[in-house]
Amino acid sequence: MMGCWMLNESVSVILALLWLGVNLYLFIDTFRWYGEEESFFYTRVILGSTLAWARASAVCLNFNCMLILLPISRNLISFIRGASICCRGPWRRQLDKNLKFHKLVAYGIAINATIHIAAHLCNLERYHLSQSAEAEGLLAALSKLGDTPNESYINPIRTPHTNTTTELLSTIAGITGLLISLALILIMTSSTEFIRQISYELFWYTHHMFIIFFISLSIHGAGRIVRGQTPESLLLHNVTFCRDHYAEWQAAARCPVPQFSGKEPSAWKWVLGPVVLYACERVIRFWRFQQEVVITKVVSHPSGVLELHMKKRNFKMAPGQYVLLQCPSISSLEWHPFTLTSAPQEDFFSVHIRTAGDWTRALHTAFEAEGQTIKEPRSLPRLAVDGPFGAALTDVFHYPVSVCIAAGIGVTPFAALLKSIWYKCCESQTQLKLSKVYFYWICRDPSAFEWFADLLLSLETRMSERGNTHLLSYHIFLTSWDENQAIHIALHWDENTDVITGLKQKTFYGRPNWNNEFRQIAYHHPSSSIGVFSCGPKALSKTLQRMCRLYSSADPRGVHFYYNKESF
Amino acid sequence: MGQIEWAMWANEQALASGLILITGGIVATAGQFTQWYFGAYSIAAGVFICLLEYPRGKRKKGSTMERCGQKYMTKVVKLFGPFSRNYYVRAILHLGLSVPAGFLLATILGTACLAISSGIYLLAATRGEQWTPIESKPKERPQVGATIKQPPSNPPPRPPAEARKKLSEEEEVATGVSSGPQENPIPVTDEVV
Repeated sequence: MMGCWMLNESVSVILALLWLGVNLYLFIDTFRWYGEEESFFYTRVILGSTLAWARASAVCLNFNCMLILLPISRNLISFIRGASICCRGPWRRQLDKNLKFHKLVAYGIAINATIHIAAHLCNLERYHLSQSAEAEGLLAALSKLGDTPNESYINPIRTPHTNTTTELLSTIAGITGLLISLALILIMTSSTEFIRQISYELFWYTHHMFIIFFISLSIHGAGRIVRGQTPESLLLHNVTFCRDHYAEWQAAARCPVPQFSGKEPSAWKWVLGPVVLYACERVIRFWRFQQEVVITKVVSHPSGVLELHMKKRNFKMAPGQYVLLQCPSISSLEWHPFTLTSAPQEDFFSVHIRTAGDWTRALHTAFEAEGQTIKEPRSLPRLAVDGPFGAALTDVFHYPVSVCIAAGIGVTPFAALLKSIWYKCCESQTQLKLSKVYFYWICRDPSAFEWFADLLLSLETRMSERGNTHLLSYHIFLTSWDENQAIHIALHWDENTDVITGLKQKTFYGRPNWNNEFRQIAYHHPSSSIGVFSCGPKALSKTLQRMCRLYSSADPRGVHFYYNKESF
Repeated sequence: MGQIEWAMWANEQALASGLILITGGIVATAGQFTQWYFGAYSIAAGVFICLLEYPRGKRKKGSTMERCGQKYMTKVVKLFGPFSRNYYVRAILHLGLSVPAGFLLATILGTACLAISSGIYLLAATRGEQWTPIESKPKERPQVGATIKQPPSNPPPRPPAEARKKLSEEEEVATGVSSGPQENPIPVTDEVV
C-alpha cells in the first residue's frame, strides 16, 4: 500500500513554504530596491552592497517579529478554532502546530539578525574609514557634508578621532541593537529542549526578556542613521552627472549640495498589532486569575498522581482541552498546562497532576497529598485557572472511526474523551457520527492503572448493559514488569478477568505491534476516514505517523488515516 | 527557582558565545577592519571555548542528554582534572577570554555573551556545582551463573522415596550442603504457560 504522506503533511509544508516565500520575497525585493534606488546612490558609494543586506534583513526581521507573538496567543487561537466552522479538517489541525511555527519564526529572526548585525558592522566600519584622514575623492567629499550649517549629513560618524565602538554606544540604534541581540541570545539559549526539560521555570522567566526585545525594537530606528537623498534634492542635483564633479558642489549651480534625510522608524508599525493582541491575552489571563475557583475534591493516587475537582462560574469545556493552573502560594508568575480529565456533562472539572518537577512537587506538598491529614476546605491553597484552551481531541467526534493511543500519563485527555463518550452514549436522542473507537493505552507502571481502571470498569459495565459493546474496543499494554509480577500473571492466566486491572479485556504484555493493529483496523473499515489521536513521547508519535502514511490507501475512496498529535 | 542547575544554562550560553565570537571574528578578519587582529584572536578563542564547552556535564540527578559525538571531547576535557571540573576556574577563564574581544566592535557581542556566561558559571560555582563527565557505563556482562537457578539436585530417574531419604542423609554428611528432594510448591502440570 503506497504511503500517501502528502495527505497528512501537505498543509503544514504548504504553510511553511508560504512563510519562507514571503520572507524571500521581502528580502529580495528590498535588496533590489536598495541596490538600485537613486536616492541611496551616495550611500552606496560609501557602504557598498552591505547597505542592501542590512536593510533587506531588517524588513524580514520586521515581518518575523510581527508573526512571533501570534502563535502563542492562546485565546486568539481558541477563538479562531471556535469561530472557523467552515475551515474544518486540515486547516484546523494547523492550529495545533502553533508552537512549531513559533520556533520556525524564531529561527527566522535569528538568521536575519545575524545577517543584519554582520552587515551593519561592515557599514559602521566603512563609515569610519570614509571619515578618516586617508579617505579621498567622493568619499571624503560625502563625509564632509554636514559640517556647515546649510548641509545635512550622510555619514553618521562626524569626526575621524573616534572608534566604531564609541560610535555604536553613542547612538540609539547601537545601544538598542546591543540590547535586542543580548535579549534574543539569552532567550534562545534558555529555550533549548534540554533546558526546557530540566528547568521549565528558567525557560519561562528568561523568555520574558521579550519585553526588552520589543521595546528596544520599537525605538531602534529612532536615530534615523541610514540616510538617503531627499526627493527635493534629487530634482536639483543630478546624481549621474554630479558624482564626478564633487569638487564643484559648493560652488556651481549645476550641482547644489545634496541634502539627506533619514528613514523614519517603521518597526513599530509592524509589531504594534501583535503586541496589543498579546497584551490583551495577558490581561485576559489576569482577569481569569481573579475569578474564583472552588476546589470541591482532592484525591491522591498511589503513583504520585493528584486529582483535583474544581468549579468555576461560566466554565465550559470540551474533551481534550487543557487549562493553565497557577498557584500563587507556590509561584506568582508561573502558569502550567494540564489536560482536563472530566467530561463536559459533569458539573465540575478535574485535572490529574503527576509529580514531574519543582512546581508539581510543591503542589503535592501544598495539598498535603502525602500525609493522611484531612485539610479544611478553606485552608487549601488558592488556585487560579485560565482556559480552557482547545486541543486536537475535539475532532474525535468528527470521524466515523477514531483510534486513540496514549502512553502513560498521556491518557489524561482520553479520560475526558471516554467519559464524554459514555455520557453521549446514555443520551439515546443524539446520533453520534462516531461509530467506533479503538483505544490503546501503553503503560509502564501497573499502579498507574488504578485511577483509570475505575473509569474503564464502569465504561465496560455501562456498555454491556446497553448492548453497546461494539462502540469501544480498548487494549492495554503493560511494558515493564518484574519477575514476581510475571509469575503472578502467569498463574492467573486462565481467569475471566484480568489479574491487574480487573477488567474483562485482558492486558497485553510488551509494546503493541502497530503494523498488525493498523492492518486490522484498515481491514475492518475499508472505506472510512479514520482519525488517529495520540498523546505520548516523540518516538511513539513518529511510529504512528509512519503507520498512518503506510496504511492510508492511494485510492481517495479507500481507507485514510489522519494523524493528530497532542503533547505538552 | 528550585533545584535548577545553573551550570547547564551557563554551558549553553558559553557555547553560543563561542559561536558568536567566531562569527564576529570572521566578519572582522575577512573585512579587514581596523584592529582586525582582535578578530583573529576571537576566532581562536571562540574555537577553544566551543571545544571546551561542547561536552555537556552530567546532571546531579536525572539523566542528561548527551550532545552528538561529545564523548571524544569528554576524554580531552577530563584530562585537565580540577581545571575543567571546577566552575570557578571556568568563570575566571571565560571572563579573561572575553576581555580582548571587547576592543573590537565586531566581537563585542561575543564579549557580552561570554561575560554573562561567566557570571552564570560563578553562580553555579557558589552553589557547589561541578563538571562531571558523562561516561557510558561499561556493558555489564550478564553473569551466566546468577540467572540460572540451582539446577535440580535430584533429577529423574529417581529412586523410590525411602531410598531418596537415605541418600540425602548420606549426602548431607558427605557434602555438608543440604539440598533435599525438590519439592514443587505448585503442582506442576504439562500445560505450556
